[in-house]
Amino acid sequence: MGRIMANDDRVKLACRGVWKVFGRGAEEYMANDPTPTPDGLRAAGLMAGVRDVSLDIGEGEIFIVMGLSGSGKSTLLRCLSRLIEPTAGQVFLDGIDLLRAGEADLIEIRRHKMGMVFQHFALLPHLSVLDNVAFPLTIQGVPRPEREARAREVIELVGLGGRETAFPNQLSGGQQQRVGIARSLAVKPELWFLDEPFSALDPLIRGEMQAELLRLQSVLKKTMIFVTHDFDEAIRLADRIAIMKDGEVIQLGTPEQLVLEPADDYVAAFTRNVQRAKVVTARSVMGPIRNTSVHQIVRASDKIADIAPAVIEAGSPVPVIDEHEMVIGSLAPQVVIDTLIGKDARA
Amino acid sequence: MTDLALHPRALPRFPFWLLWAALAAICITLWLEPGIAAWAVKYPRAMIVPIAQWIGAAMKWLIAHFQGFTRGIAAAIDIPLQVAFAVLAKGFTIGGVTIPRLAWVGVAGAAAIAGHAFGGMRLAVLSGFCFLYIALFGQWDSAMLTLALVIICVPFGVALGLLFGILAYRSKKLDDWFIRPSLDLAQTIPAFAYLVPILLLFGSGPVPALIATAIFASPPMVRATKLALEQVPEDIQSFADMTGCTRRQKLWRVMLPTARPMLMVGVNQVIMMTLNMVIIASMIGAGGLGYDVLMALRALKIGAGLEAGLAIVVLAVALARISAAAAARRVRHAPPAGAKFAGRHPHFTIAVAWLALTTLLSLGVPGLGTLPKDMTLTTGPFWANIVEWINIHAFDTIDAARTWLLLSILNPLKNFLGGIPWPVFVAAGALLGYQLAGWRLALLAGLMLLFPAVTGLWDKTMLTVYLCTISAFFSCLIGIPLGAWAANSSRVDRIMTVIVDTLQTLPSFVYLIPVVMLFRIGDVSAMIAIVFFAVAFAIRYTTAGIRQVPPDLIEAARAMGCTPRQIQWRVQLPLALPAVMLGINQTVLMALSMLVITALVGTKDLGQAVYAALTKADGGGGLVAGLSIAFLAIVADRLIVAGARRLRRRMGLPET
Ligand SMILES: Nc1ncnc2c1ncn2[C@@H]1O[C@H](COP(=O)(O)OP(=O)(O)OP(=O)(O)O)[C@@H](O)[C@H]1O
Ligand SMILES: [Mg+2]
Repeated sequence: MGRIMANDDRVKLACRGVWKVFGRGAEEYMANDPTPTPDGLRAAGLMAGVRDVSLDIGEGEIFIVMGLSGSGKSTLLRCLSRLIEPTAGQVFLDGIDLLRAGEADLIEIRRHKMGMVFQHFALLPHLSVLDNVAFPLTIQGVPRPEREARAREVIELVGLGGRETAFPNQLSGGQQQRVGIARSLAVKPELWFLDEPFSALDPLIRGEMQAELLRLQSVLKKTMIFVTHDFDEAIRLADRIAIMKDGEVIQLGTPEQLVLEPADDYVAAFTRNVQRAKVVTARSVMGPIRNTSVHQIVRASDKIADIAPAVIEAGSPVPVIDEHEMVIGSLAPQVVIDTLIGKDARA
Repeated sequence: MTDLALHPRALPRFPFWLLWAALAAICITLWLEPGIAAWAVKYPRAMIVPIAQWIGAAMKWLIAHFQGFTRGIAAAIDIPLQVAFAVLAKGFTIGGVTIPRLAWVGVAGAAAIAGHAFGGMRLAVLSGFCFLYIALFGQWDSAMLTLALVIICVPFGVALGLLFGILAYRSKKLDDWFIRPSLDLAQTIPAFAYLVPILLLFGSGPVPALIATAIFASPPMVRATKLALEQVPEDIQSFADMTGCTRRQKLWRVMLPTARPMLMVGVNQVIMMTLNMVIIASMIGAGGLGYDVLMALRALKIGAGLEAGLAIVVLAVALARISAAAAARRVRHAPPAGAKFAGRHPHFTIAVAWLALTTLLSLGVPGLGTLPKDMTLTTGPFWANIVEWINIHAFDTIDAARTWLLLSILNPLKNFLGGIPWPVFVAAGALLGYQLAGWRLALLAGLMLLFPAVTGLWDKTMLTVYLCTISAFFSCLIGIPLGAWAANSSRVDRIMTVIVDTLQTLPSFVYLIPVVMLFRIGDVSAMIAIVFFAVAFAIRYTTAGIRQVPPDLIEAARAMGCTPRQIQWRVQLPLALPAVMLGINQTVLMALSMLVITALVGTKDLGQAVYAALTKADGGGGLVAGLSIAFLAIVADRLIVAGARRLRRRMGLPET
């Protein structure tokens, strides 16, 4: 089973044992009891927004954080970006401890390395699109011609060319979020935080924006940490998904792993309504190597939904090859059909 | 029983009625046998704590050590003020060459252009007409003096408000321990009370008026600033942090611009309060419309007084509408790309050009600069005739009404309140505070009510309580039914909104003019003026309170077969009661704030004490009397708010 492991690549952002406990006296409590239980916290009038989270996020990865409302996704994101101080734990950006950085260092890091997109856009109502997008550069003191040129460039990139002089309240939700995206890209961040960027948009626009994001990612190759509570969105975008519940990460894996081996009922509830064929790869459902006379071949990493027509057309098992062009198994049309209609083909 | 069920931790209720009965018994005993405890009936002179003298001494020390400094500040503030006076009202004379003031045609046109910029054609016409009226009725010079004061005061008030609003937002400690208490005091102490120290420190003339005005007008800006900053969405604050803004950049480039609409509401309030205060302050040396009205009233020149009063109204309406429209303006049109200044600010450019052009032309055509005397109108004789006619034909009726009010309502209440021994009154206030909100409020109410007693102002305080109570009572008697009526009919509501808006726009002083003309000087006039001023709040809060009753409750009542009358009395009014109580609270506060102004028509209460201290330049006495008024206001406010909160909780309504 192929894993996209973060430690295959360079780690961009890592965190170790991050806790965020809300309430008065949280630090003292954590100092006495470094691994508190939810009941213990509640008795002390505290609440854990994030519980003991450790992650390694690879460079260029799209890392999705998922969970129900109130599960601590935003809180985790805010800890990782140090918008709030974690109560305990460490956060490393390029191996540097972010929590130790002084105010001036933090400002420098944020100005040049981080970008963030917000659920409710967070555009400045008194600035035009151009000035909004150029704002992060303005803050850095970049001269006007230079920053406006850069702003125009990213506005063009997100497909808003021609709307530079409009004000936010004259734009639709989707357009406003494009501005938000352009603005966060203006400083060429290496690390890109997106907190439910498409949740406020209607489904049609949301789909469009997801496609747009994938297109941008294919060009820009940022490290992306993306919060959502929509599993369809997650599987469409994700390299890996972390599922959170009550502040804890209860499962971390590729979309396929989550669908095929949900850690518990909570995860299963998320994945239940997913079209399995869109997630499951040929590798997971293929049978042993068989001699067939079919010309058709499929790759192990292909999603069943994408190859179904060809395999069913072929009428008999089709060989499956891996990335080294070696045949490693075969895929029978019946298995494909089972996967398509949602039957667990491995059973 | 139900109380116990609702508050499981509540102890068996103490029989508070026993305490009340005891207080009443003491009251009656002392009334029958005042000899038993003469000290309780009349606060003994020997026990008066000379706080006024102490303050006076402290002030002397301050003046001795800081006058040079403060007079220097005054001189600095005087410069922009004199420039504004010159530009708008007096013209410059430099080395024998006279540069004229702005032409009236220019100013009226600029007002219309400003109206157009913020509110379109209708507002343009309205504000143009307002200024035309002022010119045509010969009030231009005074009105421009007043306007100049407003124009210079507003930036001071706004800057002061912004500064303290930001500080309050940044530091909760500072807010709790310094800013909020200061705001409470600044809004409840009559401005006249701190005018004396300011006069002494800053010298005479318009500058102290300006400083007093800024102190008086900035509290709403402080509140608006703090609220506006707190309401900036969290996303936007996070954005500022994530972009790597420094603290200063975050505040000035992200938070304040985002909060602009709310801040503009504060600015609008500052403008209106400034106008209100400038009118009053102009009586003490700044000149302008308020001074004209006062002079006319004193000389019983009814027509002239009314005309100047109407000019105040007209100026207030123009300023209120323009600044409200500026505050409400949201939609912006993108300027054409690469536009120059004039292209980006067309209204401003046109207004400046128009002002310059007309003022230049007025060098050749003086009529443009100052409307010739024979072209101005006067309705003075007309108003004088009307008032005379009323006095001739209706004098008996009016006088009978006045006498009846005085004899059968005002005087009995006055005597009743005056007859309550001061310890009983103080104890009653504390007891009520304890019942409504616990020992903290009891302590506050007790101490604050004790203050006027120990400073020897008890009699005047009771007169204040009496005038304020009776006025608030009539305001509610008129205002609550009107508010309820408006809440149930959108047509009535529209008319009522216009009336209430206008009533709230007018500087408080204006209400005195017609009342004094018809009812002469005295308590009845004061009461009627206060009722006019305060009734708007009773109306507004009642309407809002009824409107906020959930519609499904009313539908449920209708489904149960309630008649409209029953719905109104059994459902709407009880549920609206907490909101109505807040309206009563505002009414009481407004009544108290109006007292000093009614002192001009010869009342004898604390307001008069403040006013008298002002004329005698007795800083200590004025402040002590002012503080007494402020303490009354604060006690009334805390008690009513606590009562409303209790009601809300009992009805299970959300806390506000
Ligand atoms: N400043 C705070 N003080 C106290 N509790 C907080 C604070 N911020 C968040 N919480 C609590 O922490 C928990 C996690 O909140 P968080 O906003 O991270 O959830 P989320 O997963 O982002 O939810 P949503 O999908 O609604 O955005 C919630 O129960 C919330 O009430
Ligand atoms: Mg969230």
